[in-house]
Amino acid sequence: MTEPLLSVRGLVKTYPVKGGALQRIVGTVKAVDGVDLDVYPGEAVGLVGESGCGKSTLGRAILRLEEPDAGSVWYDGTDILTLGAKELKGYRRAAQVVFQDPFSSLDPRTTVGDSISEGLRVHGIGAKERARRVADVLELVGLEPYHAKRYPHEFSGGQRQRIGIARALAVEPRFIVLDEPVSALDVSIQSQILNLLKRLQNDLGLTLLFIAHDLSVVEHLCDRIAVMYLGKIVEVSSRDILFDRPTHPYTEALLSAIPIPDPTVTRERILLEGDLPSPLHPPSGCTFHTRCPIAVTGVCDTFSPELRSVPGEPDHLASCHLRTGEYTHLDRATV
Amino acid sequence: MTQATANGGPVLEIRGLKTHFFTRDGVVKAVDGVDLTVEAGEIVGLVGESGCGKSVTSMSVLRLVQDPGRIVDGSIRFQGTDLLGLSDKEIRNIRGDRISMIFQQPISSLNPVYTAGFQIAEVYRVHRNMKKGPARDKALEVLREVGIPDPERRIDAYPHELSGGMAQRIMIAMALAAGPELLIADEPTTALDVTIQAQIIDLMRDVREDLGTAIILITHDLGIVAEIADRVAVMYAGEIVEEADVETLFTDPKHPYTRGLIGSIPVAGARREWLDVIPGRVPNLIDLPPGCRFAPRCRARLENDLTICTEREPALLDVGENHTARCWLYSEGRR
Repeated sequence: MTEPLLSVRGLVKTYPVKGGALQRIVGTVKAVDGVDLDVYPGEAVGLVGESGCGKSTLGRAILRLEEPDAGSVWYDGTDILTLGAKELKGYRRAAQVVFQDPFSSLDPRTTVGDSISEGLRVHGIGAKERARRVADVLELVGLEPYHAKRYPHEFSGGQRQRIGIARALAVEPRFIVLDEPVSALDVSIQSQILNLLKRLQNDLGLTLLFIAHDLSVVEHLCDRIAVMYLGKIVEVSSRDILFDRPTHPYTEALLSAIPIPDPTVTRERILLEGDLPSPLHPPSGCTFHTRCPIAVTGVCDTFSPELRSVPGEPDHLASCHLRTGEYTHLDRATV
Repeated sequence: MTQATANGGPVLEIRGLKTHFFTRDGVVKAVDGVDLTVEAGEIVGLVGESGCGKSVTSMSVLRLVQDPGRIVDGSIRFQGTDLLGLSDKEIRNIRGDRISMIFQQPISSLNPVYTAGFQIAEVYRVHRNMKKGPARDKALEVLREVGIPDPERRIDAYPHELSGGMAQRIMIAMALAAGPELLIADEPTTALDVTIQAQIIDLMRDVREDLGTAIILITHDLGIVAEIADRVAVMYAGEIVEEADVETLFTDPKHPYTRGLIGSIPVAGARREWLDVIPGRVPNLIDLPPGCRFAPRCRARLENDLTICTEREPALLDVGENHTARCWLYSEGRR
């Protein structure tokens, strides 16, 4: 079996919470609470969840844009959390990022060409080679070489996101984290960018971590999908299995909540009660039990479930006492 | 709670509405000849991408268009009264009483220095001349009706203490307080997470069922429209380009833009290799192309070898029962 390109183990990232007149630290939020995740070479993994579930923090910690508190991030055999600034430079070239907001992620006073080639300059590549490379990546993302001389304000949202992708591609990375790359775009532009990402992944053999709140967007591009809830991964599996046989009740609810653009389809919707609990005071036991339609008192509110494989499906993991744990006999929802 | 609809006619009838913005760069024809009818108790989806004029249309109904924007032509009849002929005082009496509106950002739409209950009770104090005590009782009642858990406590909450979903419920409670005949919901779920969005969609459906309130739902999300609307109008560059009942629109879309839009959205559960793409982008509303506004992006025009599209603007044509489309493809004398 192939080794994963990226392997995250027990990753924890907390933030201090300040309060009161003196801004003392009054608590901590566990944004990422012990995450394990493998990403294999050439695959696209989707990371989905609602706002505040820690998906973006996890993406940033993997890139070491945030310093995690505990855990390890193995990339190609090296734990990048142990690297010094100098050694990190190689990783910075291999792993790139595309952000959500194409309007604020480009410097308005820098030409597009300079923005794209900045990374190349840092890595000591000469001016002539840089210009050639800029023209190449602009073409890859469906823009023209003359666009290099223009400024960000001259482009539409979709074009700016193409520029963001071109900038990530310039240093010839193997791995790209895409943090909500299409959620700021109009529908007709979204599909252009999604198709572009898919084509680039196919042609360049890229490995992608695609962070999004929208499961249907992730489904289009990703081979495997991980679902996060309050800092933890609650389910991970191949795309088709996740959509056909969601196992965690949260995944079920999330899938059933997506509006489907077909008025002839009527569905049984699992409506979750209430709001996402505050990550400052996460619920006891399984953090989902406060909204879970099948939670059993005495079990789900007491013990914290582990991510285990679904019976008969070794590559399909879910963390639910009633579905993959020791209490499956208590699950009244499945027959 | 609701008032009986005065007569059997439509609640709202917009005819030939033109709202233009007189900017330094030129006249932006944000809404340029819109006809729209809303029957009592009907949910009409107004769909389009950013800048298509869907929000400006709704702001025009409430006469909330601000400088440099002006309604330059057309009529807006609400229960037979022409809203454009009313004095400022008369329109103020209609706003929040007989027509109300909810917006995309619920928390910033609420006044941060007053409690939720105070702001809801204000509707009764202003429009029903109620005293403080009875107004508060009514506010509590309406909070209960929109499904706010623990309303006795939430009535004294300030906006910053509310989650996004809760704040949107408060906004809906406030909008419904006076029992309006028409509710305009402008992207009411765009800022919310999917599981919360599903709750709000359900609530709006209940509002229509229980109170008979007609709703104009403005959104870019075709999925939401398919879930809840009875009829849909698709807007493009300031015009309605297609209108039909919701099933017809999704099963038999006629306008190439509608077709492109439907094809470009990733649908959860429907795995497709590539998404359809509408090439190019929305035209500049100051400098519109001659002929059909969609012509520069339209593939059907090229496939059918139509030259008229870039020469003359098409009218809204009947393409089926209660189904209209603004496209030369369906015109008899098109060549």
